[in-house]
Amino acid sequence: MRFEYLEPESIDEALAMLSQYKGKSKIIAGGTDLMLQMRYRTAKPKYVIDITRIRGLGYVAFDDNRGLKIGALTTIRDLETSADLQEKYPIIAQAAGQLGSVAIRNVATVGGNLCNALPSAETAQVLVALSSEVRIIGPSGGRALPLQDFFTGVGKTVLQPDELLLEIVVPELAPGASGTYIKHSPRGPIDLAIVNITVLMTMEPDQKTCKDAKIVLGTVAPTPLRARNAENVLKGRRIDAALIDKAAQTASDEANPRRGSIRGSFEYKKEMVRVLTARAIREITA
Amino acid sequence: MKKLIELKVNDNTYEVLIEPWWNLARVLREQVGLTGTKISCETGDCGACTVLIDGKAVKSCLYPAMRARGKEIVTIEGISANRKGELHPLQEAFIEHFAVQCGYCTPGMIMTAKALLDENPKPTEEQVKEYLSGNLCRCTGYTKIIEAVLAAADKT
Repeated sequence: MRFEYLEPESIDEALAMLSQYKGKSKIIAGGTDLMLQMRYRTAKPKYVIDITRIRGLGYVAFDDNRGLKIGALTTIRDLETSADLQEKYPIIAQAAGQLGSVAIRNVATVGGNLCNALPSAETAQVLVALSSEVRIIGPSGGRALPLQDFFTGVGKTVLQPDELLLEIVVPELAPGASGTYIKHSPRGPIDLAIVNITVLMTMEPDQKTCKDAKIVLGTVAPTPLRARNAENVLKGRRIDAALIDKAAQTASDEANPRRGSIRGSFEYKKEMVRVLTARAIREITA
Repeated sequence: MKKLIELKVNDNTYEVLIEPWWNLARVLREQVGLTGTKISCETGDCGACTVLIDGKAVKSCLYPAMRARGKEIVTIEGISANRKGELHPLQEAFIEHFAVQCGYCTPGMIMTAKALLDENPKPTEEQVKEYLSGNLCRCTGYTKIIEAVLAAADKT
């Protein structure tokens, strides 16, 4: 685990370093993933580019009721404890609070959580459920894309080796939208999830009919998985116990966990998707 | 190539020669000479390496020492500083409530507990358990540790 440690003070400097050492460098922010990967030799960069000294990349900024912007260097702890997030986008704060332990959350960043791209990533699934976009910058300028399309596989994203994730943009929440994030793990937040799910529902004014639903399943596919069939079971329908069970079973059918995971068998994970999806919908519509 | 850096630990400045890939836990123990901070899992799970950086609990085994320049680092040795030989209320409570067996998790536990009490001076039992969940103990079964933290909170 030998590397040179570089500390750019601006985005431009960071991009220049990424270009200069393309393919031989890795960005470090919180470090809670990369330091481990380097120790286990699954990442062997010759150059580690510490971007934490770049100012202005950590923020939670509300845009006059027109949505939310989160800087990539915002710590998970800041997401968890932000009173504004707890009020306006509670599932973000809720999921952030389920990542590791306090000491990890104090340094871990949302950008790192997304770029590390594990299918269990806490912030990934709630931000996908919220239809977020990400802004990326590279040598040829900036680009934006839906977060949903950012992930391409376990630990893989569309980010090129000379690009940097800058910001997550979350659109305004529909009035009457509420959601929940459930993480199932052996000992609570400090463990990686066996299965984790996010359900976000918007109800009609009668509070009984579902106008829109987003269901995102984690740790049961290479990337955060939108359970679109399950969503369609709920959309436009009046919510009752039978419908919840049907949606939960549909979500379970859509889940495709890998076999041989030490955290849970294929059958167990699929069953837990069913149980947790039903639980989440009941919680939201109670 | 080793680099000469300055670290501010417990209000003292130390000049140390380090390789850029060394983590803060190792540098604190081996270069600065403060062995109160323990290394156990070195994977960010057990919390034995917990120190405070700018007041926040951090797992120093995952923290690049290079990043620690310019930050205020507090280790277990530093929390009784300026107390004229008296222990911090947390240290006293851990002793009084027999929250120490082998002692290996203890510095990390106390540093995390200190971060908790600095943020939330009167936590509930549930809040203590949640906050300390990143610190593992193989000896005590945690009961006395939680008792000690709550007792220290009562005292301050």
